[in-house]
Amino acid sequence: MSSENLSDTQMEYEDEKQDSQEKNANLVKGEEVKLKAKYPGLGQKPGGSDFLMKRLQKGQKYFDSGDYNMAKAKMKNKQLPVAGPDKNLVTGDHIPTPQDLPQRRSSLVTSKLAG
Amino acid sequence: MAGAGGGGNDVQWCFSQVKGAIDDDVAEADIISTVEFNHSGELLATGDKGGRVVIFQQELESKNQPQCRGEYNVYSTFQSHEPEFDYLKSLEIEEKINKIRWLPQKNAAQFLLSTNDKTIKLWKISERDKRPEGYNLKEEDGRYRDPTTVTTLRVPVFQPMDLMVEASPRRVFANAHTYHINSISVNSDCETYLSADDLRINLWNLEITDRSFNIVDIKPVNMEELTEVITAAEFHPNQCNTFVYSSSKGTIRLCDMRASALCDQHSKLFEEPEDPSNRSFFSEIISSISDVKFSHSGRYMMTRDYLSVKIWDLNMESRPVETYQVHEYLRSKLCSLYENDCIFDKFECCWNGNDSVVMTGSYNNFFRMFDRGYRQDVTLEASRESSKPRSVLKPRKVCTGGKRKKDEISVDSLDFNKKILHTAWHPQDNIIAVATTNNLYIFQDKL
Repeated sequence: MSSENLSDTQMEYEDEKQDSQEKNANLVKGEEVKLKAKYPGLGQKPGGSDFLMKRLQKGQKYFDSGDYNMAKAKMKNKQLPVAGPDKNLVTGDHIPTPQDLPQRRSSLVTSKLAG
Repeated sequence: MAGAGGGGNDVQWCFSQVKGAIDDDVAEADIISTVEFNHSGELLATGDKGGRVVIFQQELESKNQPQCRGEYNVYSTFQSHEPEFDYLKSLEIEEKINKIRWLPQKNAAQFLLSTNDKTIKLWKISERDKRPEGYNLKEEDGRYRDPTTVTTLRVPVFQPMDLMVEASPRRVFANAHTYHINSISVNSDCETYLSADDLRINLWNLEITDRSFNIVDIKPVNMEELTEVITAAEFHPNQCNTFVYSSSKGTIRLCDMRASALCDQHSKLFEEPEDPSNRSFFSEIISSISDVKFSHSGRYMMTRDYLSVKIWDLNMESRPVETYQVHEYLRSKLCSLYENDCIFDKFECCWNGNDSVVMTGSYNNFFRMFDRGYRQDVTLEASRESSKPRSVLKPRKVCTGGKRKKDEISVDSLDFNKKILHTAWHPQDNIIAVATTNNLYIFQDKL
């Protein structure tokens, strides 16, 4: 649909554009080589499934009712449930109660933007 | 009336206000996640990671200082969303406000939609400046009077009171999204709106919360075949049957709801062909579109991918009509940007009131404006250092080569933790709101 009659200056511009595009491509390929050197096992389909899956699964935490009940039983001997230093660890004592699962409580403090 | 814009031709941007704490220790809840002016520009809303909404109102211009535009001061603040845990799916649902969209004003009250990953809420913000006084059976403090002491009857009257701004949730649109909501968009018919998650787009009626229509579904039967996700969606500003959605593969699909109930078949597909020799591991990631916005005119749309802003003419699907490089110098840093996850940062973009200038954020608290008419661009910085009232912002420059000129900053010195993802432009005037991590800056043109 678009006209392809390019004037001289436009041709020069197109050439320049192509040069800089090649330069850009080389820069990016250089970065790719660096990355592959660091992570040789990086998947064949970089933008593909693994990556998108990770994005779709954001927020996934694992709750085990067996762990929960075990920890609840243990809690009788403790004052307060102690959340482990690594909050992402999902087995055993590290998920004692549902109260700990929403790791963050809602902000009871007014936003500082309104201060 | 908005002038020629931010390209530096005749507009000089000045610091006006900054909101938020000064200290460097940023609580996660204070991270600003969305910024939006209402349709008149009188109100400016922000949402944060803590699920809170703060609304600022522009003060009326004072007669003493006709050269100054009104300042934005806090009008209302409320907790919009709370953190939740979905026990059935073992999913933690963040309270972070992903998007706020204002409804056009129809009566005295203001309405906005705010959404987190799973639930959209319609909030009504209303003013109360009078209250009834003179009840027969109640004292002013609410205690009931002893009926035997009532000897006369009177009619309660409304008396003026200090202005109170109340926010109340009027509708809760829940349980319609399996995946994470990235966009909401109010239709020009003012009756419906869409909400989009990674794989589906739903159409809602603002009055009805227990039902929504699925209008786009790109979930493959076999999830292993998943190759792209929906990244943003928006209704056309005046054609109520038209909307667009962008993907992680750099394509934009325009759909017409008159064509069929399920708009899986696009009416138009906008995609810029890539030179296969340029293909790299990073190609798809940096082509992922993080934001799509129609121009006010409805003739164009703008997309933001990792390195550039593109303007598309809705009449031409083959390639954008304009491309602006936001921070091309990052091409030589893609490896480290992938390692520190910055390559996945989702920058937004916005148009000025007359569609002549577009703006987007970058790193080091820099933000960029591109004047489409004058073909000029400028890089400005949102920082406390340049926040003296009405001080003119100095253009910034990143040097890529070896020789760094005075006042330039080298690529290696850029702070990638200081990112400006969210910006907004007043619908009529040259007033912009720029969000750094936890501060909101307001800049105006020099009058």
